[in-house]
Amino acid sequence: MRRFWNHVMAIAGRDLRIEGRSGEVLSVVLPFAAVAVFVVPLATDPLTTDLSALAFPVYWLVSLLFGMQVALRQTGTESTMQRRQLALAGVDPLARFLGRVVAAATLIFSVTLFTLPLVILFYDPQPLPPLLPTTGTVLLFATGLSVLSTLAGDVTVGLRTRSALAPLIVAPLAVPLIIGASRSLESLSRGGGSLAWTGLLVMVDLALAMAAVFAARPMEEATI
Amino acid sequence: MALVTLQHVSVRVSRLLILDQVDFELAEGEVVGLAGPNGAGKTTLLHVIATLQPVSTGSGAVLGASLGTPGQRLIRPSIGLSGHDPGLYPELTLAENVRLFARLVHRPLTEADTVLAQVGLEGAAGRRADRCSNGMQRRTDLARLLMLRPKLLLLDEAHAGLDDDSEILVDELVRRVRSEGGGCVMVSHDATRLAARTDRIVTIRQGRV
Repeated sequence: MRRFWNHVMAIAGRDLRIEGRSGEVLSVVLPFAAVAVFVVPLATDPLTTDLSALAFPVYWLVSLLFGMQVALRQTGTESTMQRRQLALAGVDPLARFLGRVVAAATLIFSVTLFTLPLVILFYDPQPLPPLLPTTGTVLLFATGLSVLSTLAGDVTVGLRTRSALAPLIVAPLAVPLIIGASRSLESLSRGGGSLAWTGLLVMVDLALAMAAVFAARPMEEATI
Repeated sequence: MALVTLQHVSVRVSRLLILDQVDFELAEGEVVGLAGPNGAGKTTLLHVIATLQPVSTGSGAVLGASLGTPGQRLIRPSIGLSGHDPGLYPELTLAENVRLFARLVHRPLTEADTVLAQVGLEGAAGRRADRCSNGMQRRTDLARLLMLRPKLLLLDEAHAGLDDDSEILVDELVRRVRSEGGGCVMVSHDATRLAARTDRIVTIRQGRV
């Protein structure tokens, strides 16, 4: 078991180090996410539109689109030879999968947290949800989206239509995550409890994790 | 004792028959060359031996594990594969590339630095892989193999494009694996090179041995 988690952390460390060197999330994804948050107020009439009502829908839409971009980019960078070398080093496919999920979740969590103050700044949602439960909601959303995107990335490995197909797989399956996260935040901002919606997020994350446990090994055998 | 035994192995991908009823054996301490024209199935056979390519029909065992069984996952760490593409991570330094595998196979990280020095890359260990020449990347791949100490070494055109010093390193690696009771399968287009370095040569044409 210790060996398994050592492999998970080694793979996660590899992906985060590669991201640190390429700087794609920092230099491409974050600025574009900021622009996306900024574009909606520009495109609406401030006299007739209540921007604060759009705050959380825009926030989760941006989180979904750019989170998906981060995770799918991560899964697309491994070459066949690199996957083969990891298999020959005795890395369990599930450990490899989890390692990539940990790295993707860390990056999605960072992107999603980064956009939150921008949304508050441009849309002025009132009242604001409490910080700690909001962070928990964002974490559950980031975890679910990273598992889902990593699964979609693995299913579409080697396909010529991968870049178009993978988001088409992720977006509809991410609907329960979006519903759970947005309703949770709405409820928190109204001062109510978010247990039911947090429960939905936890259930979706667990279901995705179970799918990953069953699919990781057959998927690796099919792609090495 | 045979390290590798393949009986009537065929590999079909879509409708294309890549290997056709191939029999193959590799004994302990043996070095076998695989020769044949482009597209003959040499690399596919190498991947079957590496347990990375599922067989369509036939049977076989590699290092005591039957092909297509969960046991093949357990013997994979004893297999070293060096192909055309070294499979390095371009954004990582040469040292980080080797250290990643040191961590995965539970070796001290200092061992990664030692093997890099053995292949003459101690001065370039901190350079990113994508800023190194192909020869340096291939040497890093050799360093990784030196550290992994495989029992079964599979070399796919491992000598191609290497300078004389690097060729010597490959030959030393093969000698070491052989002397420790392991075996080596070497793929090359160059029949002269294979004849000089192997115990016997198996020729593949259109998927048949």
